[in-house]
This record gives sequence, C-alpha cells and structure tokens, in this order.
Amino acid sequence: MEQVKRVVFDEERCKGCELCTTVCPKNIVKMADRINSHGYHPAEVAAQEECISCGLCAMICPDVVIRVYRPE
Amino acid sequence: MGEKILMKGNEAIAEAAIKAGCRYFFGYPITPQNALPEYMSRRLPEVGGVFLQAESEVAASNMVYGAAGAGARVLTSSSSPGISLKMEGISYIAGAELPAVIVNMMRGGPGLGGIQPSQSDYFQATKGGGHGDYRLVVLAPSSVQEAVDLTMEAFEIADRYRNPVMIVGDGIIGQMMEPVEFKKEIDPADLPKKDWATDGAKGREKNVINSLFLDPRELEKHNLKLKAKYDKMKEKEVRYETYKMDDAELVIVAYGTTARIALSAIELAREKGIKVGLIRPISLFPFPEKIIAEAAGKVNSFLVVEMSAGQMVEDVRLAVNGKKEVYFYGRTGGMVPSPEEIVEEIVKIGGAIK
Amino acid sequence: MKLVAGYPDSLTEKPFHYCPGCTHGIIHRLVAEVIDELGIREETIGVAPVGCSVLAYEYFDVDMFEASHGRAPAVATGVKRVHPDKIVFTYQGDGDLASIGTAEIIHAANRGEKITTIFVNNAIYGMTGGQMAPTTLVGQKTTTSPFGRDTNTAGHPIKISEMLSVLDGSAYIARVSVHDPKHIRQAKKAIKKAFQVQIEGKGFALVEVLSACPTNWGMAPVEAVKWLADNMVPTYPLGEFKEVE
Repeated sequence: MEQVKRVVFDEERCKGCELCTTVCPKNIVKMADRINSHGYHPAEVAAQEECISCGLCAMICPDVVIRVYRPE
Repeated sequence: MGEKILMKGNEAIAEAAIKAGCRYFFGYPITPQNALPEYMSRRLPEVGGVFLQAESEVAASNMVYGAAGAGARVLTSSSSPGISLKMEGISYIAGAELPAVIVNMMRGGPGLGGIQPSQSDYFQATKGGGHGDYRLVVLAPSSVQEAVDLTMEAFEIADRYRNPVMIVGDGIIGQMMEPVEFKKEIDPADLPKKDWATDGAKGREKNVINSLFLDPRELEKHNLKLKAKYDKMKEKEVRYETYKMDDAELVIVAYGTTARIALSAIELAREKGIKVGLIRPISLFPFPEKIIAEAAGKVNSFLVVEMSAGQMVEDVRLAVNGKKEVYFYGRTGGMVPSPEEIVEEIVKIGGAIK
Repeated sequence: MKLVAGYPDSLTEKPFHYCPGCTHGIIHRLVAEVIDELGIREETIGVAPVGCSVLAYEYFDVDMFEASHGRAPAVATGVKRVHPDKIVFTYQGDGDLASIGTAEIIHAANRGEKITTIFVNNAIYGMTGGQMAPTTLVGQKTTTSPFGRDTNTAGHPIKISEMLSVLDGSAYIARVSVHDPKHIRQAKKAIKKAFQVQIEGKGFALVEVLSACPTNWGMAPVEAVKWLADNMVPTYPLGEFKEVE
C-alpha cells in the first residue's frame, strides 16, 4: 500500500498548545522534539498507520494547523 | 422643480438630502433639530429609504459608519451635546475615509447648556472634535435656501473626498421658514458605484473598512494621505461671500445667522457714514483665509462677530497675521447679537481708528 | 483520500495572532466553516470588535468592518439596512459586547435586527492584559480584581444570553462552549442555526461561546479548557435559550 498520510500538520502555524494531544482516541498525537521558526514544539503524528481519521485533533486545534484525510 | 415652496430650515435640509440621493438616516432626538428626523421618518419610507431612531447618538454615528461603509449616501443630525456623543463615530468615519453628512444645529454649551441658538461648536467642528488628526469639511449656511444647496453639495463633497462633511446651523436657521427651490434631484441608482464599499466580496478581493494601523509607519503614511486630502480641500473647496468690500474701511467677519444680522448692522453703520463691509465664510473648513489676508492689505480693521466667546476670531487673526487690528464681539449662551449692538461696537472701533 | 478536516475557504491564509491555546481560533474556524457550508462567502459582511479579536477582519475572507469598541451591532445595523439581502455578522468579546457595548447589543436584539452575533465570553479582558470583565466569575482573580471578584463592590457575572432571550426581537439565542470536541460540534451547530435564522429573516440571532484565555487566566491551555468546563459552565449554563419557529 502506498504511504499516504491521514493527518497532516502545517507545522509553522502550530503554537504547541497541546490541545490536540488530549483528544486523540488513539493517543498518537505527540509534541515533536524539534521547534518551528516561532520557537514552538509542533504537534505531530508519527504512527500514521494507527490514525482512524476521526478529525478530533483538527476540531480542537485553535490554529487550523491540521488537515485530516480518510481513504475512500 | 424650479418651484418655490415655503419650508422650515430643518425640513428643507432633510428634503435636500433626499434630493441628493440620500436614503438612510440614523439619529437620536435632541432640541432644536427634531423637525429634521421627524421629517425623515415620514419621507424616507415613501422613497424606499430607511429612517432609524437609534438608542443613542453614539450608536447612531456608528450606524452611519456602517451604512457609509456599505456604500450608501447617509445623513445624521443632532445638536451640540449630541454631536459630542457622535464624535466617536465621526472620528472613525474620517479615519476609515467614508463619506457621510452630519448636521449640527448648534445650541449653547458647555455641558447641557441651553437650547437657544449658538455658534460655540466652531472649534469642535473645524479643529477635529473627536480624537486624531482629521478634518471635516464644515459648511455654514445663512439662509434656508443656502442650507438646501449646501446640503446637496455636501453629499457630492463627501463622496469626492471620501470624507465626512458637517453642516452647521442653529435653531434660527433650523426653525425659520423661507421659500426654497430644489434645483435638482438625484436618483441613488444613478450614483457611481463605490468599488471600496462592503456589499459582499462577489468575484473580487474582499473590502475592509478600517481605521486601525498598528504599525506606526503605516499610520503615519495614512495620516499623511489624509493631510494631502485636507490640503486639496483647502485648495478647491473654500467658499465665502463678500458684501460692500469695495470701499470698506472696516470689515465684519461673520458666518451663518450672525452674518445675516451683520448685514443689517452694515446698513445702519453706513447710514452713520462708516464704511463697513462683510466677509462671510461659507466653508469654515477649509477657512477662507486668502480673502481675509487680501482684505488685511486694504481695510483698517476687522470685527469678528460670533455667537460664542470667541472661536472663529482665532482663524481670522491667523489669516490677518498681525497686519491689522482684529476686534471681537460675541454673545453666548443662546443670546443673539442685535444689529444695534454690532453698530455700537463699530462706532467704538471707529473711534479707535482715529 | 477524502478530506475530513481542512482549511475553510472563508478564512484567509494569515496565521492567527492569538496566544497558544486561545480558543478564539476554534471559533473563527467554526464561523468560517459555517459560511462555507451555507455558500454565503460572497454575500457576507462581518464586523470585528475592539479587543483580542480586533484583527478578525484580517482572518475572515469576506467583506469586513473594524468597529469602535462595543458598537459592532450598530455598525452591522447600518450595513444590514443598506443591504437587507446580504448576511451580516458581528464577532465580539465580553468587554466589547457585555460592558461598553451593552446598549448597542440590547437594542439591536430588541429591534429584531436581522444580524448574527458571535459573542465570545472568556470572563476576562485579554487584549489589555487580564482585567476584570463583566463576565468575570465571582472570586476570580484578575489584574483589577486582585483579591477575586467581590460581588459587593464589583457586581455579578452578567448573563447576556438570558437577558437577550427575554426580548421580543431576538429569534435565536444559545450558549455553547468549545472546551472539548463534543461541545465544539454543538457550538458549530448553534452558529449555523444563528446564520440560518438570519437567512430566513426571522430576527436577531446570538451565540454566546464560552472560550478559554490561558494567558490571562495564568494556565496552560490544557488546564484552561478544563477550568472552563469546571468553572465557567456552572455559572453560564449551556443550551438554547430561545428559538423562534
């Protein structure tokens, strides 16, 4: 299967508030160790294969950082 | 059209606004201008317009801001204490460069003051009034016909410069009846479309009506742009009238109601052999400083007559620039000077000349 | 792949200036999504307030006004009367709407002005640095209520939704919250209804959205949304207070 991400973060918009990490039913949204150009640790999902495309992380994100896709 | 009808100043201004294509009025009751909104409340629905009695002058002036930004010709009217409340909206209207017309039928102040005629809002009208570096075009009619003509012109000036225009009168101008003629009638549908207005961003970039510039460099740029506009007004929009200036040795400078009284005083003075003329500023901003400066080269002295403790006199002194003596006579608090009182002053000054 | 959650057309690309975890951003997105879903982006005119969301005119990709403090409902009235066929909304915080702008919001509602108001209640003045708001909770510490809001001297949290719902001119009044996904979903539903009420010409519509201010509450964002649920919701009960058929 081709590697296509279900959840994509616009890291430069992320302010590291961590709200997305609290709502993920799979507990796969984590804060990255790296920092973006604004000095924030952006949120990320490493375990894309575990994502169920529920969209809750995007729903609570105050900065419209997250796009979520579902396979058709 | 072309027909003369007898109308009260307040109602004539209202009708003139409608004839100028204004279909929106937002106001709040205050004496002595109530006949104007009352007239609008009857007439505007007849022509498909909107009359709205707001919860306050503050709200009314912000409704004007909204309607002007939405692209309409819009009018509000009030009297001194109400105009103070409208200053919030007026400053934003000037800052966001919106066209609107504001009528101030001035009454005595400060504070609640009284309800009788006054010209004590000259500073407020011409020097800003609200906060920030801005100007209104200020027009001061001295007859009901002139109030009609200037009101119609005010909408043109407002649109031309994207700037608020204020008509200043008083209870006398507002309540006296004179024959008037409406020289034209504009259908709002024929007015040019305002491409900066907010009417939904259909097939174009969005429009924003705003006076906020957080970057001081941007705000300075904006202020300089406004100043260039005010300079252009000074060049193009000065209006005044002169009377018997050819042989005048003393010149009265007066506007609005006071200028009418000055005319009688000039006749009385001339009967006594004193050659008096009149310069009547019609635009208070831009102020007719050139004609006054020119007169300073010819006449012996100036007498500024106002229904205030001395406001316009400062602009006259700036224009005269020390070349001649500038005297002042004022009545305040709603007291109206009589021609005889003015002649008395003229005689006193006449004595001083010799 | 099908897009489940994306970037609304009715928002510009400009990143929000809000503090990390400030839920203004969620509310902006919900409003934009509703405008997108109703297909009214080119018909909509918004009015931004004074306060933290003063720059809302830069974020919504619709025609916008920036109003003076508290007067957004008056500005919106002016716009709507000129363009009765367009959709006009105000976006206001609690200082703007519930303090300096009380006269304007009450009379816009009472006139049944056909506008939609998004009222963001975070119980504090954000932009000016955390002063007491009319909506500050009893006992809540702010920079101007350093010992906690004392009802003897500073009165009580003002309940705008309850107040406006008794006016005959209001057609839809709801209070919602954005502290978790379930409530965000409800908030969006209410915001959508508040725009539909306007489209249908029913009258004035307002949605009060309880919102978190982590910075001025002195909390981490995750802690702030929990504080909102635990403290604000009991003071400001959620629900639809009025819905005219």
